[in-house]
Amino acid sequence: MSETFTSPQFDQATRDAVSNDDVTVIIGLEVHVQLDTESKLFCGCSTEFGAPPNTQTCAVCTGMPGSLPVINERALQLSIKTGLALNCEIARYTKWDRKNYFYPDLPKGYQISQFDKPICGQGYLDITAPKGEFEPRRVELERAHLEEDAGKSMHDESQRGGNSKIDLNRTGTPLLEIVTKPDMRSPAEARAFLTELKLILTYIGVSDCNMQHGNLRCDGNVNLHIKVGGEKIATPIVEIKNMNSFRAAERALGYEAGRQLKLWKQNGKTIADAPKQTRGWNDADQVTTPQREKEESADYRYFPDPDLIAVTIEESEIESIKKEIGRLPAQWRELLIKEHGLKPYDAGVMVGQGAEVVEYFLVVAQGCGNSKMASNWVGQEVLRFLNESGEAIDAYPVSADQMTELLTKVNAGELDQTRAKEVLQEMIDSKIEVQAAMDKLGIKAVDNSEIESLCRQLIDENPDVIQQIKDGNGKAVGALIGKSRKLNPNANPGLVKDTILKMIGA
Amino acid sequence: MDLSTLSAAELVKRLSSGELTAESCTESFLERIKDRDSSLNSFVSTAESAISAAQAIDERRSTGQAVGALAGLPVAVKDGICTAGIATTAGSRMLEKFVPAFDATMVKQLLSADAVVIGKTNMDEFAMGSSTENSFFGVTKNPWSDQHVPGGSSGGSAACVAADLAPVSIGSDTGGSIRQPAAFCGITGLKPTYGRVSRFGLIAFASSLDQIGPMARSAEDCGLVMNVISGHDSNDSTSAKNDVPDFTQTLNDSLKGLRIGICKEHFGEGLDSEIESAVNESVKVLESLGAETVEISLPHTPYAVATYYVIAPCEASSNLARFDGVRYTHRAATAKDLTEMYCQSRAEGFGEEVKKRIMLGTYALSSGYYDAYYLKASKVRRMIKHDYDSAFEKVDLILGPTTPTTAFKIGEHTQNALAMYLADIYTVSANLAGVPAISIPCGLTSAGMPVGLQLQARSFDEASLLRVAHQFQLQTDWHTRRPNA
Repeated sequence: MSETFTSPQFDQATRDAVSNDDVTVIIGLEVHVQLDTESKLFCGCSTEFGAPPNTQTCAVCTGMPGSLPVINERALQLSIKTGLALNCEIARYTKWDRKNYFYPDLPKGYQISQFDKPICGQGYLDITAPKGEFEPRRVELERAHLEEDAGKSMHDESQRGGNSKIDLNRTGTPLLEIVTKPDMRSPAEARAFLTELKLILTYIGVSDCNMQHGNLRCDGNVNLHIKVGGEKIATPIVEIKNMNSFRAAERALGYEAGRQLKLWKQNGKTIADAPKQTRGWNDADQVTTPQREKEESADYRYFPDPDLIAVTIEESEIESIKKEIGRLPAQWRELLIKEHGLKPYDAGVMVGQGAEVVEYFLVVAQGCGNSKMASNWVGQEVLRFLNESGEAIDAYPVSADQMTELLTKVNAGELDQTRAKEVLQEMIDSKIEVQAAMDKLGIKAVDNSEIESLCRQLIDENPDVIQQIKDGNGKAVGALIGKSRKLNPNANPGLVKDTILKMIGA
Repeated sequence: MDLSTLSAAELVKRLSSGELTAESCTESFLERIKDRDSSLNSFVSTAESAISAAQAIDERRSTGQAVGALAGLPVAVKDGICTAGIATTAGSRMLEKFVPAFDATMVKQLLSADAVVIGKTNMDEFAMGSSTENSFFGVTKNPWSDQHVPGGSSGGSAACVAADLAPVSIGSDTGGSIRQPAAFCGITGLKPTYGRVSRFGLIAFASSLDQIGPMARSAEDCGLVMNVISGHDSNDSTSAKNDVPDFTQTLNDSLKGLRIGICKEHFGEGLDSEIESAVNESVKVLESLGAETVEISLPHTPYAVATYYVIAPCEASSNLARFDGVRYTHRAATAKDLTEMYCQSRAEGFGEEVKKRIMLGTYALSSGYYDAYYLKASKVRRMIKHDYDSAFEKVDLILGPTTPTTAFKIGEHTQNALAMYLADIYTVSANLAGVPAISIPCGLTSAGMPVGLQLQARSFDEASLLRVAHQFQLQTDWHTRRPNA
């Protein structure tokens, strides 16, 4: 960072006088994404989640003497794909380095990672606030590098001195570590970044981003820039670990920003006075707590891994991967807004549901020829069902073609909205198609002569209402529509209304 | 019938003709080991499975089934190379009880050629040493003199061949660990081009320098083994995809017009005068065979040992981190917590030389020192490689002594690390440059100790090394001299 910060001592009164407007929150994120490969990064073991401990291991990923790593080409391709989607420079030359440290779930005593030649260089990701909580912002990315995961340690927490257990199934699974610049200015921006990042990664199919399985992990670096006494100071940087959900990340960063301001007001310590600290987010208590500091600052003694050769990436390979990417979420949103007339918020909600929902919508919109209607139905009926059931779109009982058929009838005036919703419900409940549902509900077309005789009957039987209409109370016709529904539920209310008004010459 | 002095080529011929069974051949060498190795200590263990393996080969041959190129040939394998079901210690207490679950690729290749692994040979711990004094399993003696070291780190592999306890053996060479003991024990040892033989299953010392190779009594026998163990291995990312020639096919090609460079930096201060004159005599032999000789220079030679002793310990400090007491390694009994377990297990499990090199490497890779040591050494390494590229524009081979002295006495250098490290002065450059090099016997000193001649070639030109060595061995009898039994 080119800015320089002074470390002046401000007295208590000056510090107390600082208002929230003088404080800028500075946030950078490090996101570990498990790439969706069949096998591990340097051996053929399966990466499937949930197998019994130590059943998905071999000599290579358990670091047995004499074993050697061989790179999984698929992981390289997925990394390049991610880099392209995140506007990163893709390295033409990338290499492997060893990060040396001792831990029982790190069987080689080093992690194979990338130090000075990451596969993806600088890039960016644009974020917007759907409800306008912040101005649109471009978050610059520092880099994204590929590395192998460590295993999992389970310690006896009872303090009774039980043995620790180690599961090496996860050891060697490919992780892409995406590092942002300190470009976010609020916890809401950080959450928006994570949400958009996850959306991109799932749209391009490089990771399922399942946070419960640890397939997406996030650490945050946060501090404050404070304008005080005509100068600008920075508080010590804190790295927050263990942020297990995007909601937790937003809360942790918010908590930490508040804690740092309070602490600075107490002790006035700036970035020049304290080293970077690591704190963990405690979701139960909604606080960050200090994590045990290492006895000395870690020196990982990075050096090029002599067991692996450097990778040269050809332009042609990058070009062919580029072709696989398809539309990204931002491009989908733009398409929905510009070509289908969706409101930005609605487009955001739709795209946020994933590519399959968008595809469902497009089939329906194009099929029924009415994007607005399709957007309403998919955005309300379908998404409500998915949210309530927790299912994905492929489990939705009504296919896009059936939805199209239903909405085409609405569009043609064969069904009114209310009747159509009843039909949809019947289709879902009885797992049947449109026509069958309509038959079951006794819905059939009503011809004009039937409408006319129905209207005649309504006019004859309700002279008071007719008089009100004639006196200028247009809304009174609603009462007749209700009665029409009882007499013949298949009669189109709009048609009934128009016919009545025409007959009485109003 | 005394099989022990027969060449591997001759043994294979007799085994193939049915004159000799694999079982009797294997038994005969195992007997010899039992009789003679208690004083020599060239083996850490002998393979109990060898006899039944030999019987199975005989059975297949007698029923007319196909057998491999080395069918029934006994082979001794350095104990730093993984053998499935056979303890593999790398000469360390750390791995005293380690039994690998898999065979090294190169062991697999030997076994599929139906060679019989008869035992695992002693070595300096984790291949760190030039004398085989740094083994948890005791010192190996030089068959020519029980007062002298056999060289190292493949000292057991050299001594067992010199003492006729095995017709051929497998060693590994990181800075001279095949060639230097071959020279000290009066046998032929080839370090192939880096990448020629798979390293998968070789317990790593310094990954960018380590290379497995054959040790035997003749170049021809080395060629026989090279035909089996060379080639690409998809399990080793650094293994080369180059075609593998039949190394025995070109042994008899003429040396006429071959250009041999005499490396002037290998004839300087510290070279034993008897070695110098033996090497000079060898030059005359090669000239008489039609080779042209010319003086050449490898100007960065003076920096080779220093470069090596930065790069090798750096890689070793990381390669040996896996020996942490957690799983298959030695674990200290008294440790009370994780840090103690690491510290005590490694303090007890590693010997002094290994600890010294881990510390050297850890220091050299540390923040603030990396540029001055590892990075600088890597740059010098490139310059050394460039020296070779320039030299090989003028000549086909580079000739010189393998070592500045003959085998030194046991204990002579144990208190003087620098003197010990200088034993590698002529050999380390080939590892740094990745080129192949061979050591062949070329004389005996007045004290009766063997002298080694080193030849180095362009990458992947082992065939020329073996051809020149074979032609030399047709003219001389140094390789047939045996220590007084």
